[in-house]
Amino acid sequence: MNARLKMILGRVAQAIPVIAGVVVISFLLTRALPGDPAAYFAGPAADEASIAEIREALGLDKPLIEQFFFYLGDLSRGDLGTALSTGQPVIADLAGRLPASLELTLFALTLSCAIAIPLGVLAATRPGTWIDHLFRVLVTAGVSMPTFFTGIVLIYVFYYLLGIAPSPLGRLDFLFLSPPHVTGFYLIDAAIDRDFETWLGALKQLILPAATLALFTLAPIARMTRAAMLQALSSDFIRTARAAGLGRRKVLYGYAFRNALLPVITTLGMVFSFTLGANVLVEKVFAWPGIGSYAVEALVVSDYAAVQGFVLAMALLFVLLNLIIDIAYALIDPRIGLN
Amino acid sequence: MSQTSRRSFLKLTGGTLGAAMLPFLKAIPAQAAAGETLVVVSGQTINSLDLHRTGTNRASYQVAVNCYDRLVSFGTKPAPGGGLSYDYSVIEPELAESWTISDDGLIMTFKIKPDATFWDGRKVTAADVKWSFDRAVSVGGFPSVQMKAGGLLRPEQFEAVDDETFVIYLDRPSKLTLPDLAVPVPFIINAEVAKANVTEDDPWAMEYLHTTPAGSGAYKIARWDQGQQLVYERNDAWVGGPLPAYERVILREVPSPATRRALIEKGDVQMSFNIPNKDASELDGMADVDVYSTPIDNCINCLNPNFNFEPFQDANVRKALAYAIPYEAIFQTAAYGRGAPMWGGEAEITDTAWPRKSPYMTDMAKAKEHMAASGYATGFEVPLSISLGLADWMEPTALLLQESFAEIGIKAEIEKIPGANWRTAALVEKRLPLHLENFGGWLNTPDYYFFWAYKHGHLFNSSNYLNEEIEKLVDDTLHIPMDDPAYAPNVKRMFEIAFEDLPRIPLWQPALNVAMNGASGYEFWFHRQLDIRPLVPTSS
Repeated sequence: MNARLKMILGRVAQAIPVIAGVVVISFLLTRALPGDPAAYFAGPAADEASIAEIREALGLDKPLIEQFFFYLGDLSRGDLGTALSTGQPVIADLAGRLPASLELTLFALTLSCAIAIPLGVLAATRPGTWIDHLFRVLVTAGVSMPTFFTGIVLIYVFYYLLGIAPSPLGRLDFLFLSPPHVTGFYLIDAAIDRDFETWLGALKQLILPAATLALFTLAPIARMTRAAMLQALSSDFIRTARAAGLGRRKVLYGYAFRNALLPVITTLGMVFSFTLGANVLVEKVFAWPGIGSYAVEALVVSDYAAVQGFVLAMALLFVLLNLIIDIAYALIDPRIGLN
Repeated sequence: MSQTSRRSFLKLTGGTLGAAMLPFLKAIPAQAAAGETLVVVSGQTINSLDLHRTGTNRASYQVAVNCYDRLVSFGTKPAPGGGLSYDYSVIEPELAESWTISDDGLIMTFKIKPDATFWDGRKVTAADVKWSFDRAVSVGGFPSVQMKAGGLLRPEQFEAVDDETFVIYLDRPSKLTLPDLAVPVPFIINAEVAKANVTEDDPWAMEYLHTTPAGSGAYKIARWDQGQQLVYERNDAWVGGPLPAYERVILREVPSPATRRALIEKGDVQMSFNIPNKDASELDGMADVDVYSTPIDNCINCLNPNFNFEPFQDANVRKALAYAIPYEAIFQTAAYGRGAPMWGGEAEITDTAWPRKSPYMTDMAKAKEHMAASGYATGFEVPLSISLGLADWMEPTALLLQESFAEIGIKAEIEKIPGANWRTAALVEKRLPLHLENFGGWLNTPDYYFFWAYKHGHLFNSSNYLNEEIEKLVDDTLHIPMDDPAYAPNVKRMFEIAFEDLPRIPLWQPALNVAMNGASGYEFWFHRQLDIRPLVPTSS
């Protein structure tokens, strides 16, 4: 137990230089973006004088190094600045939007895993059969359809034609009000508030975008499960286990699956981080107020504070994610756990 | 406003309906049809509830329109392309009951409606008007520039004589002053509420009014979830005009045009504001959906040859460009035929109508003639710049231009510039040799357009055009009344010079497209934002 704690602390310590690097790089990169935020935000009819006024108000007239120390000072006070593109403090934007993205991504990945992992196991245990072929078709289709296309098709079929999905209007239909803020996850907050109506409303809104994302993330997880299972099933310890006369179920789930899970977890971590940042298109199609579209909008208008805040939040999240994956490894893999 | 607790919002909305929880149960679609709630979707995001704040975007101007009053407003007239439009020629009272202008045109005296109150019940006084006007001319940036256009520059120009009398002193008489009081900028703020929230760093309560409007307008903000929705709640004590029909208006932000289209076709929302030209032309054929495409006043999509680029200093080259443009193909491909053509007009200028068709049309023979007569008969290479932020119309236009120009020996390489960079490159530095541009003036007179787009050094003169006669004509005409004997001849002369010199080659007048399903009464405004006040439910 002590060794495990040490490992976790070690991991956290390793993250510190990473975060410091991210702070510097995100600051420099945003300044390297093309465009002049002062001119952009001065509006269409502004003259030189008003642009200069705005530049001064934003502190952009100061030397870069001075701006950087101002930024560090604000950061140490937990102040990420104000996003010009939304008019809100960046910290409030992130607090509102990160849970929205996390809720969608986690829900989608749960859905995706629930289908992909059993499918991968099935395909691996019956290679070459019709199940294996079906698996290939599904995986290829899932990965080859861009998410915005899947999203629009799902809206067209389930909302427009069949009318069984609710209006694709973001996290909640306009009939509902967002539940009181506790975690920012509507499903959890509504449950805490014991507001079943809102909970159901939030769930309904979640299904189509989550299905879109799930279809897209299905492929890497399923393929990795299948490959890892095949490898595990052909390895020596499985042959030994079989030779020792262990039951089929015990061999498959007790030994092969547990070992196959390791690469699957790694893939899952990668898919998760990728999805969180890259589901901009899904967010746009379903009017989901998430972190991806926020970052893209901010980037387009050179909104420094928002971009830096986003990069920093994602860096922290990745550090946390890596930590979770490492711990998961330790729990699953007996070799790591014992050391 | 985003902090409004859920319970207080329910109380607020429930009260007006008389049944506490009713609006948020399954019953709402039926009620929406009965005309209490209007749901609007739009692709734009609102980033402030205060127009005067630095960085407030265009979409946010609608809060100034719907939640605040001005002294005066414009009238209403039928719009070309269906529906209604504001009427620039008619000034109507909003918060002012009446006004007089001194004979020399230098003193404007406004009487404020005695029964006008702010949302908190306090009477609207001339002191509030003065504070609001002082703010608009003092905060800098866009609001101050717009005030300047009407000759409103300094706080000393405004005086609150008594509670109901407000006076403006002008440096010179101008026909632009009164209309400039009807644009969204000089809106009237509850000065007492604002003053209670000023700080040392923030003498104009920018931070407070950014999230908490305090006005006297037709609608209050019940809720603002940035990036998601804005909920308007009717102010039943409004005296600025007839009481609006809808008690509540919910504006939802839906970035994807495809999703917005599905919503309006299904009728789950009553209005989709500012839809793409393509959707407008396709939705137009549907029975349930009404589409309004209003050509935007005083706005023209142009191709601008820059006088800094040597070949474009040759008048023959500019004319060759104007004859080589495939106008109709561009209008159909980039605009889906929405808006108004700006080519193939009469050669002789007989009236002051603006925007007007240029005397040019697609004529490759003439284009080649002009090229041959120019000093660049063998052709040349030039980058054709477009903004990625406006790629929806600029990209197809640029591709068609590129193809046509190749035929007369001009090799145009398309250069795509990111939205954030566009303004600086095109308008501030004015360094793009050949580019597309779409300036539109709020105040609807041709001389105002020329002031911004043809005068040397002015922001939208991105061609670096300089003509001494234009400079003088604009200065002479800008402030004189439209019925002044010099006005019409001056304006006609401006048109002649503009079409001869071609620093901006007009392509077409763009349209603002709106789709409605279950509501009507839409009125187009020059500010291109949604005025929800005149909207009414369609009885079905």
